[in-house]
Amino acid sequence: MSTLVEYVGNVAETVTTIFEGMAITFSHFVRRPMTIQYPDRIEKPVQEMLPLRYRGILEVDLDICTGCLACERVCPITCITIGIEMNKETKQRSFSHFDIDICKCMYCGLCAEICPTGSIRHSQEFEGACYNPAGLVRHFVTEPVPLYKPKKGGETDAKMITKVELGLKYLDEFATPEEKVGGAGAEEG
Amino acid sequence: MQAFVDQLIREGYFPGLPKEIIYLGAMLLAALVVLSFFVAPLAGITSWLERRVWARMQSRVGPNRVGPQGILQWLADGIKNLLKEDIIPSAADKWLFVLAPYIVFVGFLATFVVIPFGSQLIVADLNIGIFYLLAVTSLVVVGILMAGWASNNKWSLLGGMRSAAQIVSYEIPAGLAVLTIIFVAGTMSMQGIIKAQGWAPWDWFLFYNPFTFVAFFLYFTAALAEGNRTPFDIPEAESELVAGYVTEYSGMRFLFFFFAEWGNLYVIGAIATTLFLGGWQVPPVTDNPVLIGVLQFMVFFLKAYFWVFVAMWVRGTLPRVRVDQLMSACWKYLVPLSFVSLLGTAAWMVLYPKGNRLASFGMFLMGVAILLLFFKRVNYQIRHSRPEIYWKPYI
Repeated sequence: MSTLVEYVGNVAETVTTIFEGMAITFSHFVRRPMTIQYPDRIEKPVQEMLPLRYRGILEVDLDICTGCLACERVCPITCITIGIEMNKETKQRSFSHFDIDICKCMYCGLCAEICPTGSIRHSQEFEGACYNPAGLVRHFVTEPVPLYKPKKGGETDAKMITKVELGLKYLDEFATPEEKVGGAGAEEG
Repeated sequence: MQAFVDQLIREGYFPGLPKEIIYLGAMLLAALVVLSFFVAPLAGITSWLERRVWARMQSRVGPNRVGPQGILQWLADGIKNLLKEDIIPSAADKWLFVLAPYIVFVGFLATFVVIPFGSQLIVADLNIGIFYLLAVTSLVVVGILMAGWASNNKWSLLGGMRSAAQIVSYEIPAGLAVLTIIFVAGTMSMQGIIKAQGWAPWDWFLFYNPFTFVAFFLYFTAALAEGNRTPFDIPEAESELVAGYVTEYSGMRFLFFFFAEWGNLYVIGAIATTLFLGGWQVPPVTDNPVLIGVLQFMVFFLKAYFWVFVAMWVRGTLPRVRVDQLMSACWKYLVPLSFVSLLGTAAWMVLYPKGNRLASFGMFLMGVAILLLFFKRVNYQIRHSRPEIYWKPYI
């Protein structure tokens, strides 16, 4: 008798579970597909949809770069090369070149973490396709740029204030050590 | 069809030709017309639609670039496969390897002889129509086993053997479910079975009594298994057997198997429509014979294609069963249940020799209730997960 009950129970379970499963899949006909039809059938560029913490191709804001070479030293594969020259007469130091080889870069983010002003950071850009590897080396210096020196009393120039704030905001979002804020890092600990 | 050719002969369109030659020509012409103007586009568009339906169920988009909404994708795929190199493995049994796709294809295409698209639109109304269908679809297993053996590959052979075991097993519940309807209709002719039903849903054999209602689902399940469709696609289970019996095939030969599979889907729907869903029966709305013919074709086509859609839907829903589950599902569940439905229908016919209209109507109301319950569950699923609603069927 119990065998018969089990048999009928199996049949009933099969029918009801398939019925429910079919209802779930049918409900997907009125759900929006998740697919983003990159690159042509999208409302706005994918770059604008990415989060701030996205690790795209590196970019440098030379206006707030202090030339401390921390990023060059921390880079595990030395894809960053920085050249600094000193003008003998004015004692003014300036960048002669600041190159990042995107071919080598592995997007580990160590340089962006260690930068004191947040001038080197990952952008939202990811389209790096190029016919020649040399084209993937990003040259940030076209003519010698003087190094940035943080002023003691804070910035006064309005243009520089926004740049410094942007850099610090990026550092807050991207490179704040675990104990300072909550979030993913804190949960792991 | 034969009557039409006979009439042409009587009217003197083919003077002096022997009758056999004319019949042969008519046969070849009918086959050519059916193959190139109905079966090929049907299988192609089914392949595209299946990919779209499947994609939507998995929150994807599917092919939507070739032509409007990707509807010409099947042409692009066909041309690609035609231009590909036709590889025959050096260790393969060459003749069997070459022959196998055609046998599978013949087994599928020959079913179109007896499929009734309308009261006049049928190639040949055989008096053993449904019996012929069961016999001819079994030819597919020969082709599949041949492909598996001739490839000289362990995956292919395993796939072919599994397919043979599966098709032979599932013939039994399918045959018994069909026999239930033959009992009720009292004929094996496809047109006879349709004429025994009416246009109204409660006159369909689906709602004739509770047993035929069960027999319909038994038939559909067994037919899916015979067509090697998910959830019964173990002969070509890609996670276990690479591609089963089609592993060594490439180019157009590879496509022939899938051509047969997608076309077979429509045949399953057409048989289910003929046996259970009233076939081409339409309400008496017009006297114009041409209009009636068109209406009958449309009704039949849509009913059959709905079950093609259900097969896609099942494929998007259910996971593949294991080999032992497949066999136990057939022998422990489908076969006994189909015997129950067969004997139940026989008993019903003794009790109500002229059928029971009231019970049929009650069954119809129950069917509607099940449908309403289904849409209630769909509504619950939508409200429960709070997705982004997108009503358009395209994207």
